[in-house]
Amino acid sequence: MDHEFAVEARHTIKTFGRGASAVNALDDVSIGIRKGEFFTLLGPSGCGKTTLLRCVAGFETPTSGTILLSGQDITSTPPNQRRVNTVFQSYALFPHLTVAGNVGFGLQMLGKSKLEVNETVARVLALVQLEDLADRLPAQLSGGQQQRVALARALAPAPEVLLLDEPLSALDLKLRKAMQIELKRLQTETGITFVFVTHDQEEALTMSDRIGVMSGGKLLQVGTPRDIYDRPVNRFVADFIGETNFLPAKVVPGGVCLKTGDVLSVPTGDRAGEVAVAVRPEQIGLTSAGGGTLDATVVEATYFGTDTHVHLQLSDGSLLVARVPSAQAIQPAKGDVLGLRLDTSAMQVLAP
Amino acid sequence: MSRAPRSRGANGWLLSAPALILLLIAANGPLLIIAVYSFLEPGDYSGVRWIFSGDAWFRILFHRDIFDGTVSLADANLSIFWRSIKLSLITTLITFAFGLPTAWFIATRPAKQRAIWLFLITIPFWTNLLIRTFAIMEVIRNQGLLNTALMNMGLITEPIQILYTDTAVLIGMTYVYLPLMVLPLFAAIDRFDFRLIEAGYDLYGSRLKVLRSVILPIIKPGIIAGCILVFTPSLGAYVTPRVLGGGKNMMIGNFIELQFGQGQNWPLGAALSLILLLSVLVALTIYAAVSRREKPS
Amino acid sequence: MKRRVFDVTSLPGFTTTAILTFVLLYAPILTLVFYSFNGSNSVNMWGGFSLKWYKIAWENEAVQSAAVRSFVIAAWASAISTVVATMAALGTTRRGQFKGQSFIYIMINQPLMVPEIVTAVSLLIFFASIKIATGYSGLAYLILAHAAFCVPFAYLPIRARLEGMDLAMETAAADLYATPWQTFRFITFPLLLPGIIAGAMLAFVISLDDVIITEFVKSAGQDTLPTYMLGQLRRALTPEVNAISTALLAVTIVMLTAFFIITRKRD
Repeated sequence: MDHEFAVEARHTIKTFGRGASAVNALDDVSIGIRKGEFFTLLGPSGCGKTTLLRCVAGFETPTSGTILLSGQDITSTPPNQRRVNTVFQSYALFPHLTVAGNVGFGLQMLGKSKLEVNETVARVLALVQLEDLADRLPAQLSGGQQQRVALARALAPAPEVLLLDEPLSALDLKLRKAMQIELKRLQTETGITFVFVTHDQEEALTMSDRIGVMSGGKLLQVGTPRDIYDRPVNRFVADFIGETNFLPAKVVPGGVCLKTGDVLSVPTGDRAGEVAVAVRPEQIGLTSAGGGTLDATVVEATYFGTDTHVHLQLSDGSLLVARVPSAQAIQPAKGDVLGLRLDTSAMQVLAP
Repeated sequence: MSRAPRSRGANGWLLSAPALILLLIAANGPLLIIAVYSFLEPGDYSGVRWIFSGDAWFRILFHRDIFDGTVSLADANLSIFWRSIKLSLITTLITFAFGLPTAWFIATRPAKQRAIWLFLITIPFWTNLLIRTFAIMEVIRNQGLLNTALMNMGLITEPIQILYTDTAVLIGMTYVYLPLMVLPLFAAIDRFDFRLIEAGYDLYGSRLKVLRSVILPIIKPGIIAGCILVFTPSLGAYVTPRVLGGGKNMMIGNFIELQFGQGQNWPLGAALSLILLLSVLVALTIYAAVSRREKPS
Repeated sequence: MKRRVFDVTSLPGFTTTAILTFVLLYAPILTLVFYSFNGSNSVNMWGGFSLKWYKIAWENEAVQSAAVRSFVIAAWASAISTVVATMAALGTTRRGQFKGQSFIYIMINQPLMVPEIVTAVSLLIFFASIKIATGYSGLAYLILAHAAFCVPFAYLPIRARLEGMDLAMETAAADLYATPWQTFRFITFPLLLPGIIAGAMLAFVISLDDVIITEFVKSAGQDTLPTYMLGQLRRALTPEVNAISTALLAVTIVMLTAFFIITRKRD
């Protein structure tokens, strides 16, 4: 009995609409989320991440496929019978109940005694540092406080899995960063499996144990942040996470041949023919012309404090961006011809 | 909530069922009965005899002389129909003439004031129809406010007989239905982008031209709504013509009632009701068609 | 959008006409109210301030029974129509389109579209046959008729309130282990309550004010305040009618003000 997965989706398909206008919000998605991990579903709007979350919560029923919770099939279980709780993007706090009333609602519905409800509510409010606001109404709270009430409300019934649907998107930057740390701390303290949905790749990279990248209803790649960043499996993932330069090339014996004619010795795996070489800006170093793998002309250099972004053009006209420390020997200026030092072991060869 | 789409509709019907049943019994269903009754023969004292007869429908337009059997147009009936249509149209025009400036006024007040003005327009609307009609009666009768004031000012020497004329009914209906013209006009003007007026002044210059060429066309849906909302109940008015018109200036509503009172001709009353109902439905359909054509701005 | 209250929005004569309209709208009613305090017996000659007509009306047995009947019918009609309209609103709002929804909508709003005289006549015929068949001629006919035409008036504020409620809250309740009934009882109903109260009050006012349908459907001796007044208009007019009208007006205004306050409140 494999209960290593807290949540599992098998070949899940969700279709909206009928006939010619039918759309697959989820296109044969299979994914396993481990117990106790902080897992993020990452992707642009409309990629299906929220739909998948709603299928796990029970607000949507998959057109086909199965959803399992700790090994049990919950595909057709109504949402109020699943040991899963959600933090909604709009918080959906009950306006006519106090903070304590909101947080205790789930426990109340589960039939817990008044004593137990009060104790748990106090404990959870302390966890999110809102003990003083227990008797306030949601309308009297700030956005950040409302968000923490939504969080507390979902945590109070001690669910097996906590689902978070872009909970930080309405907060300003500073509050967001603070809440990211908060969420990470809460997850570690409570040990509950978190499934976090966001379109912000930086958020995903900083908070997650593992990330699942989605696009167009398909699950593209699952891995640790490092995996996703260093070894993106296709062009979309490479482009979506961080910044990437793509150089069109062709597979030749020993590596790939760029349009400039230079050959780079990178592992090509089992790819052949036309490829795209993904190079991260920080993987490019600058040296004097001829001293590196390739030569390029500086188009523009923008100072960013610790880093300088250098826009370069290769001999075939393709453009690259390099990110180099501002304090370095070479100070790039427009028109300079410089040599590029490329870390070929970190480069990825992807489908074009 | 993960309900299959099928049960969404079923639940909707289930929850609406009590309302539908109630309305079927005490509002919609009985309308069908009118249709049936219009094809029966009048009973001796009241009610009907269950014998098929097209007589009621015949008697709406025609009159058969009881002595020599000649058929002629029922002038009395036709004058009643004509009066109803005429008075309803004039009421619509007058309420528009007063209603448009009023709606405009309310819509151009600062936001905080607007709610109060709307409330002030709404109160007469919800006041008992009878009370409002009675209030007008108090004003226009021979010893009423209007005549007394005019005599005191020396403008007339004898009271003008306003009560129990068509004019009285007209005044009454205008008074009663005015809010119904103001509210949809207000809604339309409220949505109106006032910057268009500035552009209009740029192009046209005079205020009247701007009114005619810019404002009126854009608030047309509100004008149509107001006209329908006034014309329709005017056509079927009963209390106002009864109180202010005496027994003589009958509109369709009073004529219908007559058939159930002294006239003792239930089938004729039923047939007339159907005609009224159909006229109203036609007016509403025209409104629906026109408002669908006018795309929301 | 902030309205610029100067030149651009003023049209010739509009403000004057508007003010005139308001004055003309209220003058007759205010006159009516004014003369209800008339000390003399005539309807238009002022004889000093007096509450005697209120006293007369209060002690008039016919008025008493009519008033009681009016309020009993209004209470029942309001209760029935509100319950029924609440269920219908829950069934037709926020569910997306389903088949036959517009039909239900038309059926519910039908009393607003059909001229009252037509409904009155049809109910007269319908109930007359039932009266003959069963011999029953109590208040039930009036209550039923009133409840029916009050439904759209109760329905519209409830529906409006429901549409303003975020469906996400019911979703959240289900997420937090509430059964559909618990969701309704703890979340939907408390939040809907202002709309329900508003609908009930509107229905009450509408029922109190009804003249035509009541006049046709009532059996002998079953007067409500409006039909009593209608009867009085045929005979000698005394300021008693003014007094009753003013009292009814007061009730209407109180209910309407409460209605406005409840529906303007944001929570």
